[in-house]
Formats: sequence, C-alpha cells, structure tokens
Amino acid sequence: MSDAETSISRRDLLRRIGQTAGAAMMYRSMSALGFAGESNYTGPIDLSGAPRGTSVLVLGAGMAGLVAAYELSRAGYQVKVLEYNQRAGGRSWTLRGGDDYTELGGFKQHCQFDPGLYVNPGPWRIPYHHNAMLDYAKRFKVPLEPFNEINYNAYLHSSTAFGGKPQRYRHVYSDFRGHVTELLSKAVHKGQLDADVSAEDKDKLLEALRNWGFLDKDRRYLKSEYVSLSRGFEVDPGGGLAPRPVPSEPLRFDELLRSGLWGYLSSPFDYELDPSLFQPVGGMDRIAKAIHHEIAPLVQFGAKVVKIDQGERGVDVSYVDAQHGGAPRHATADWCICTIPLSILNQLEVRVGEAMQAAIQAVAYEAVVKVGLQFKRRFWEEDERIYGGITYTDLPIQMIGYPMAGQNNVGKGVLLGGYIWGASAYEFTAMTPEQRVRKAVELGAQIHPQYKDEFENGIAVAWHRVPFSNGCFANWSDEAREKHYENLCQIDGRVMLAGEHASRLPAWQEGAVLSALDAIGRLHRRVVASHAGA
Amino acid sequence: MYTCAKSRAGAGAVWAALLVLSASPVCSRGDEPPPLSPPGSFFAPGPFVHRDGATLYRAICQGCHMPDARGAQGAGMYPALAANPKLASPSYPVLTVLNGRRGMPSLGVYLSDEQVAEVVNFVRTHFDNHYADAVAAGDVAKLRKPQGGTP
Repeated sequence: MSDAETSISRRDLLRRIGQTAGAAMMYRSMSALGFAGESNYTGPIDLSGAPRGTSVLVLGAGMAGLVAAYELSRAGYQVKVLEYNQRAGGRSWTLRGGDDYTELGGFKQHCQFDPGLYVNPGPWRIPYHHNAMLDYAKRFKVPLEPFNEINYNAYLHSSTAFGGKPQRYRHVYSDFRGHVTELLSKAVHKGQLDADVSAEDKDKLLEALRNWGFLDKDRRYLKSEYVSLSRGFEVDPGGGLAPRPVPSEPLRFDELLRSGLWGYLSSPFDYELDPSLFQPVGGMDRIAKAIHHEIAPLVQFGAKVVKIDQGERGVDVSYVDAQHGGAPRHATADWCICTIPLSILNQLEVRVGEAMQAAIQAVAYEAVVKVGLQFKRRFWEEDERIYGGITYTDLPIQMIGYPMAGQNNVGKGVLLGGYIWGASAYEFTAMTPEQRVRKAVELGAQIHPQYKDEFENGIAVAWHRVPFSNGCFANWSDEAREKHYENLCQIDGRVMLAGEHASRLPAWQEGAVLSALDAIGRLHRRVVASHAGA
Repeated sequence: MYTCAKSRAGAGAVWAALLVLSASPVCSRGDEPPPLSPPGSFFAPGPFVHRDGATLYRAICQGCHMPDARGAQGAGMYPALAANPKLASPSYPVLTVLNGRRGMPSLGVYLSDEQVAEVVNFVRTHFDNHYADAVAAGDVAKLRKPQGGTP
C-alpha cells in the first residue's frame, strides 16, 4: 500500500469516527463546545447588602434553583420556589426500592431494589475540579466516597473482535502501550526520527519508551514476568509452596489494532473523567436534598408553570396543579430566576425580548437512557474481581457501571446495566420500560453470562420520556452557542435563566450551580445598584 | 400499554390501521419492539438500520410522540402527529426530522434520505393523516443542509 493510500484510509477512519455519535466522542465534543475548563468557583458567594424586602421567584428546584434560592434567602431576599415534581433535585435524582416513577405516555415503574441499593438515572459522578459541587457537599455535610471511573480489571468489549470475548482493560492498555512503544523505539533506534529528535535526547527518549512500555533490554514487548507486572500474570505469585508465577501472553498487536478496542483507552485522560471523582454516599440526590432541607418552607411542589409574564415593576408567573391542572394561580415577585429546562420553557408563554426568546428556542435536548439492574449476588466482584469502574462495549448498552458502594459485601447489588447514547438511545426510549430492562439484561449477558441466573429486577429511565425535562441535557450546537448563548444568559427585564443549559459545562451539575451563582451574583449587583440610584 | 396505530374515525383511517397491522412486522409480533440497530463501529452505535417507515416510527418517533402518535403531556408536551395539519406540506416533517425543531434533536445524521422519506410517508398516511403526495429520497436530499448536521 502506498503512503498516499495509507493516509487516505487513516483520514477516512478518523472522519468516520468523527462523524458518528458514540458516547465518548459526544462527551468530548460537548466538552469542546462548552470549552470545559476548571470550575471558576472560588468559594461561597457574597451577596451582602441586599435591599430589604426584595423578592425573587425561583422556578425549578433542581441544583440550579436550589442553590439560587438558598443563597438568595441567606442574603435576605424574600424567596419562593415553584417546582413541578413532588420532590427536590430535578435531574439530580436517585431511584431506590419503593419509588414509583411514571414516564410520559403513562408507563409506570415501581422500583423493587432492596434497601440500600439505588441507581442514579441522571448525574452520577463529580470530578475533583467541580469545586462548587464539592463545596456544597462539604457545606451541607453530605459525605462523599470515591467514584472510580477507570478500573483496569473491568472490560473492553467488541462484539466483532476476539470472538466477542470481553478483554480486560489492563490487557488492552498494557499491550497497546507496549506494542506502540516497541514500534516507536525501533524507529528511534534506527535513526528514522533523527530529524525530529536531537542526538542528545535520543537516548533519553529510548529509555523513557522502555520504561513506559515495559520493554526488555532489546526494546521488545514480549511475554515475561516483567511485562506481567503490568498486564497481570496467568498464575499470580502465591505463598509457601504455591506454584511459581506464570507470565501471561500479550494480545497480538495486529489483532488489537483491528479490534478497535484502543478507542476507549483515552477516556481516563479526559479532563472530566480522570481521577479523582466522587459520589455522594447513598445516592446523587443527597446534595440536592440537603440544600432543600434548609429552605423547605420556601419550596412549593406540584406547581406546573404555564406562563411567565413581566412588566416594569416585577414578574407574574402563572402555574397550575401539576396533577390536576385547574385554574391558574399566580406568583409575583420583583425578580425571577427561571431554571426550567429549555425543552420545557420553549413551550411556555414567556415574555422576554426577541434575542432571549430565540435562544430559548435554539437548543435540542439529547436522548440518553440509563438502566439499573438488581442481581442476587455481586458476581462481578465474586467471580471477576471487578470493584467499581466501567465496562465499555459496542453493544447498544454501551456501558456497564459497577457500584462504588458496598464493595466486597456479601449479598445483592445493583449495576448500571446501560448508559446509552446516540441512535441506540432513541431505540431504547421507544421501548416500554419492561422491554428496556429485558433488552439490557439480554445484551449484558454477552459480557456477564451470570446475568441469566442472577437477575432479579430493574428500572429504566429514558430521558426523552422524563415528564419534567423532555430530554437529558441541552446539547448546544457550535453554531447555536455562538449565536445565542450570551443572549440566553442576559438579564431580560426582570427575568434571568439558569441551569446547565446556561453554562459552558453542559449536562454537569457544576454547570447548573455555576450558572445559578453567576445569575444571582449579577442580579444582586443590579438590585443593589438600582437601590443606590433610587 | 403498547398499541399499534388505532383509528378513531372514518373508513379511511380503519383501512390505514389495517395497512399498518399487515405492513409492520412489529405489530404482528404483538408486544415486541423492533430489533435494535447493530453497532456500526466501536464509537458509533448506529446509524439506524431499519428501512421501512413503520419500523422506523416504532424504533424512533414513538419514543416521544408515543405509539399511538397522540403525543404526551408533562411539565411540557410532545405534539401529536395524529391528525396533524402541519403534515400537509411534506417539507415540514422532512425538515423537522433532518434538522430537529426547538427541543427535538436533529435526526439527519442518523438517517439516509431514503429512511427519512419512508418514515415521513408513513406518518403522513397513518394515524388519521391522509396525505397522498409521497416524498421521494431525492426530495429529502434537496432539503438537507449542504454541510449536513453534526451530532
């Protein structure tokens, strides 16, 4: 094959990967579009000097609404919150045994998990640099525990490679790294990269590659006890008269390349997913619940907002009973912080200027599905020594997430049996909840055959059918963000929007919280300035 | 809970419903969803493999617009596609599928011109919609943005 042909096929491959919408790529493109960086949170917000008697109506009691309401009321504002659901948290949500959930279309589920077991259908992890989320957990004394995104003993699985047999992450990682460093070492050693590497650096580079790739003295990556220190042994070292350790056989490089499994090796190097990550002990909703506990008397549940009106003197929001409808009631205030997802807000009558209205209409909400599955025993730990972390697969379930809580316990456990994006997410959404669970069990059994005997019950949340959000998160296109994002974040008369959709950290709770803090900070300065001028 | 297209009124609608029953392998199997599209590549679950409009509807559209195409109501709503006068102009549903509309994501990246035409023709001739002017793949191609959408 000529160089030209090689480069074309490589370019074609990259283009095909880039065009399609797998979870990892979508994640990364989201981050790129949002210019995700370290959270700019520097500590509790200072809203001192609030004029007495100024009222703020907060719409939505998800993370953005709760933070806005809590901080504003602490600063002396008169705050009222309207929330559609009968609970606080919004998408920051945990399903436990006994919970009932009815999705759009009237499909009902009753969660049958055992006590202490749960699934987080929405956010499930908090990166170490999401400073605001970590600080709210700390301030509200919500205990956290580590969330290990990466588990070298979990699997990478391709239904068309290695006979469909899942491969341990550490085998794929060690062997890919080993083979690549061997190749690169050869090229450097033969002087093929002399134009790029100075004579002085050449020896250092060779030594670095040998060290990094677990190469032998001849710069080869071969089956050995040394290489087994990275990829693991066939027979592990034991005590006393146990047999000698037996080295394991690396995967062949050509087979590894063709498998495509290397595609997942970069995920722990994503800024948002590299260690350390955390989860609240007992479920993601614990943080939202703790904030709500402080401001519970201010929050009205079961209020479905139908209209947001405003004039020179304040806002007038119409809402009805979420269950029974009926005649609209009114809530009025000087200002309004609206955290209703754009997917809902874009259907309401909202009196804002053209620019903000266009922004509200400009963003599509993504299809994502999560499935929680309860099993009679923790076979992934007992049989396969997988404690936490994630298995990635090209099957439509895309991921299997192993629980961080209760590791090494005897008894039952709940797996995240699917975290589904892209085309498969639409197909799972279109199923009944029972069909989703059945399908996740059927597919997951290709990776863990124990599913067949150990499965007990499950629950599935398809975000497009979630009655309070009509989708998972605001999936800003590059074009829409360029054109509309800043308009969305302005103060429009007496109305401001907040939520993950009004952040450059889409889908993350940190984005929702930073958006709320930015909004109330600007609102506060406006209020203080207008009182000083009055 | 999971129903095939039902008609509420008119002989035409009944006939349409019968067509659905005979044409759709999904309905003939009762409660089974369409088979999932197999993974395209490691990073690409999709695009959708289904070819006929009825199956595409069962695999995609009914997620939000519901099996009976009557939409849904929650904090917001999903519009009914059943008996929807906005379907009178074929370019309206074609553009909606290709580019999305408001909160609805673009499906153009997941579907070929043929698939878009199939599903639009299905919706425009079922669920109490009776629009006889079928859309061809070539019509869809003309309505696609030159660059195509990005996921």
